[in-house]
Amino acid sequence: MSVEFIVEALVKIGLVLVINLTTVAYLVLAERKISAFIQNRLGPNRVGPWGLFQSFADIGKLFFKEDIVPSAANKFVHTLAPLISITVAMSTFAVVPFGNTFAFNGHDYKLMIGDVNIGILFILAMTSLGVYGITLSGWASNNKYSLLGGLRASAQMISYELSMGLSVIGVVMIAGSLQLDKIVIKQGEYLWGVIPAWNIVLQPIGFITFLIASFAETNRLPFDLPEAEPELVGGYHTEYSGMKFGLFFLAEYANMITASAVIVTLYLGGWQFPFVERFALPALAVTLLQMGAFAVKVALLLFFFMVVRWTIPRFRYDQLMSLGWKVMIPLALGNIIVTGFFLLFH
Amino acid sequence: MEKYLEKSVPVRKKDLSFWQKLYIPAILQGMKITMTEFFKPSVTIEYPEVRTVMPDSFRGRPILVAENGTERCVACGLCARVCPALAIEVQAGETELGKERYPERFEINMVRCIFCGFCEEVCPEEAIIMSQEYELVFTSQKEALFGKDKLVKPIEEVRTRLDFLRKSR
Repeated sequence: MSVEFIVEALVKIGLVLVINLTTVAYLVLAERKISAFIQNRLGPNRVGPWGLFQSFADIGKLFFKEDIVPSAANKFVHTLAPLISITVAMSTFAVVPFGNTFAFNGHDYKLMIGDVNIGILFILAMTSLGVYGITLSGWASNNKYSLLGGLRASAQMISYELSMGLSVIGVVMIAGSLQLDKIVIKQGEYLWGVIPAWNIVLQPIGFITFLIASFAETNRLPFDLPEAEPELVGGYHTEYSGMKFGLFFLAEYANMITASAVIVTLYLGGWQFPFVERFALPALAVTLLQMGAFAVKVALLLFFFMVVRWTIPRFRYDQLMSLGWKVMIPLALGNIIVTGFFLLFH
Repeated sequence: MEKYLEKSVPVRKKDLSFWQKLYIPAILQGMKITMTEFFKPSVTIEYPEVRTVMPDSFRGRPILVAENGTERCVACGLCARVCPALAIEVQAGETELGKERYPERFEINMVRCIFCGFCEEVCPEEAIIMSQEYELVFTSQKEALFGKDKLVKPIEEVRTRLDFLRKSR
């Protein structure tokens, strides 16, 4: 392991962390603005022009708030839980490629933090670790509503993890690799020379099941049962205040970004910008275009996440479970079989 | 009896079709509605910068109408009598003019006032009416006692309300 390698990795980690956290801050603002526009309101517009500094004001407020730990709570786990949540949410982004391999000064720079050859497994493993943050926070708070929220979260995330993993298998079968970089490069091909061979075209059912499962994994509406305000006060973060609550809040939005990035990588062609290689553009321009394409795709998906939140009401718990086990898993399994037959006879 | 029972229990005439069971068309329809709302203009009135002008039917803070510089009030005390919150206090004094009395002191305790408009309704002279003003801020109980200095308004400013009252009477 050379010094260069460590420096390169640290620079990439720093960049991704800073960009991610800034995006999270503006995502909170965007969510409030979009919900306001959908409800014919204006949304926050007092702090800075167009309310642009609202999130930073909110974070500052959270830092100055008193950190209340209930006397009956398990203090160590109560503090640990938000840390687990935010760490997991941030580190999943480590394997997502946000651009093609980029040659500069005779050295190949990969535009992803860690090129793990089991990228998809890493993502699935990290998202399942996210359950711990929520479940432990619910348990450590020593509050019946928190506990209910935590238990719901674990049940929900475990059931949807299955359909998530099963729908990914179709993508893996097409690409022949678990490496995210290779999956994206595979999607750079064309069907009959005109349609980009993105996996959303090849795997429409897998895409839908994966999309629904990621909604459930990120605890977003219509699957936000762990924090269902009308039933559970605030769910798992009822007993949290100050920046600990802030960490859960950040983790929710960081999870959203990661989920969108993963969906884009697996199904929407990742950083592929269709037909860009047919024009003779300089390498740097191509790389920037591809990174831009990735950002735009993620942003559109995030917008979709928000519009869905303000459109669909919350599922009932039994509906959630029956959807997960009776609809999603059979669909994902069927998708694998159809993909297998297709690959066998193609 | 059975007829009513049948009415009150919703019966699903036929099962959902496969297309309806997919739910995806319904979800897309819902998202279409959300997106059309997204592009509609906002209905928010940004209060401190933009102030709404209330309609004439609005019951804001009560005021005393002044005609040619003197208030119309003849200090009959009906408003004080009818006030359910006991907010109005009138003290009469004699005048040299054609009418016999005028209010020497006219006080409305705005902390007590419930904006019911009974005083306006009972007034035989159309002297006390509800204005369109809704901004009432005080920092002490004493400040909330509105005397004649704050209550008396020239008739030109409240003409529309008077017209409205005539029309609705």
